[in-house]
Amino acid sequence: MADPMKIRASLKGDVADIRVMMSHPMENGQRKDSAGNTIPHHFIQQIWVEVGGKMVIQGQTGTSISRNPVFGFKVKGAKAGDKVVIKWRDNKGETRSDEATITA
Amino acid sequence: MDMFRRSLLKGVSASGALAAALAAGILKPTEVLAADEWNRAAFDSKDAGAALKAIGASSATDSKDIVLTAPEIAENGAVVPITVLSNIPNTISIALLSLKNPLPLAAAFDFSEGAMPEMQVRVRLAETTAVRALVKTADGKFFATQKEVKVTVGGCGG
Amino acid sequence: MRIIIAFAAAIAFGVSPQLTFAQPSPAKAPAKVQKKAPAAATPAVEEPDEATKEFEKFRAQMEDSNPAELFEMKGEELWKQKRGPKNVALAESCDLGQGVGVVKGAYVGTPRYFADADAVMDAERRIVWCMVEKQGFKFDDIAKNPFHRENDPGAPDITNLVTYVAAHSKDMKIAVPLDHPRVHDAYETGKEIVNYRAGPYDFSCNTCHGSDGKRIRMQNLPNISTGKGAIKGVQGWPGYRMTGGVMLTHQWRMNDCFRQQRFPSPKYASDVVSDLLTYMIGNANGQIYRGPGIKR
Repeated sequence: MADPMKIRASLKGDVADIRVMMSHPMENGQRKDSAGNTIPHHFIQQIWVEVGGKMVIQGQTGTSISRNPVFGFKVKGAKAGDKVVIKWRDNKGETRSDEATITA
Repeated sequence: MDMFRRSLLKGVSASGALAAALAAGILKPTEVLAADEWNRAAFDSKDAGAALKAIGASSATDSKDIVLTAPEIAENGAVVPITVLSNIPNTISIALLSLKNPLPLAAAFDFSEGAMPEMQVRVRLAETTAVRALVKTADGKFFATQKEVKVTVGGCGG
Repeated sequence: MRIIIAFAAAIAFGVSPQLTFAQPSPAKAPAKVQKKAPAAATPAVEEPDEATKEFEKFRAQMEDSNPAELFEMKGEELWKQKRGPKNVALAESCDLGQGVGVVKGAYVGTPRYFADADAVMDAERRIVWCMVEKQGFKFDDIAKNPFHRENDPGAPDITNLVTYVAAHSKDMKIAVPLDHPRVHDAYETGKEIVNYRAGPYDFSCNTCHGSDGKRIRMQNLPNISTGKGAIKGVQGWPGYRMTGGVMLTHQWRMNDCFRQQRFPSPKYASDVVSDLLTYMIGNANGQIYRGPGIKR
């Protein structure tokens, strides 16, 4: 199973500042291993961000995103204690979901 | 107002019912996972023009209301931090392209339900290139801005 | 005595025994050597150039969300889990110098002398010792692939553990107990190792890192004989390296110095690396350590 994400969500005024780090190789299909074989594509394609039970952000990503991706978002109208749920799905169909609570 | 159907991600292929369910927050992410909606045509495009066409943005108006923050010179092309913020009213989606990468489209995000039209990402840049931020508004218009990022060759391991 | 220790270390990592650390290398013509050396240091101004300033602007942002934290999370789990043939947790058995299970301040307090091992050990070496002695892991299994390589699915356990421990010394003062006689010995040996010239380019560590104003390509090189310079060699390790997306420890960095000098690789978790680290981290005593970093 994929390794957990690290999610930080803190409130500035009524805006939640959300940062997420994902553990993922984001192989772009262009690198070679030590034996000279091309390492196949393996990258996150879709990302979902839910705050307080509402889907607020949906994204799609390609092979230009760096290894162990980091994303930052801002959500207005959030409250301390609201739950943030972030999910991703990669090109192999693997998924990972983690959550955090918004801190004041 | 069906925002997701108009967004960059759910093009003509998304069914009205699915898009509406998404917009209304009825569908949980687990159910959304089942739908294969990754925009292959756009992300597999080898030139920026084709990628833009695949997300329905063949033409875009240059706008100073998009704030694209990227380093003038990147310390390492493997990890280039980029922030895109749109001050254009009714922004529903933001996409980012690195024009000289083998596959230029890096990311496209849809914002709704209080999400501010802003995203921070870290991208790989194969070489010195212009990065282009594209914004879509609720009325289906496209705006864009771009910036040159130099990619250097550095020293040893630090 | 010092020379003897250094000499033994040289043999331990495969340097031909007829050379000694104290030798000022008069044998080779300097002009020829300089031409041969691609990284030959050239003087540089202290004033940061435009590129450096531009990098600095984005540093804070990179450090604010540093993927090193992903490795720290795994390290925490590994520290607290009962593991190994003896099914013991490091948290309940491993003393990093601050008491059994205490991670706070452990990283900035090493290298130090550990009586139970009768050796001066840096943090990574000490954790390895605990894994072997307390948990029953085999040293050779850990030493086989001790560092994170680009195509590995993840970092080795030891790297994750070091990252976790190092994170708990964030914003603390470096305090290597140099007044302990054994630590002092290790420091002196380390000092001789950094002066030792050898290899096809006739380099020593000090060729690039022993005086002010040296650089390689765009990077300024720290003078590790000063506190100000030494802390630059300590800061940011363990570090998340953007190239390859790997998590690398200070031990790895020392090994890479050997590689860059075209020296044979030192044995993993051996005296020579602990001695080098004692010298460099000891020189940085009193400076603030900023925790795991991000490297280009």
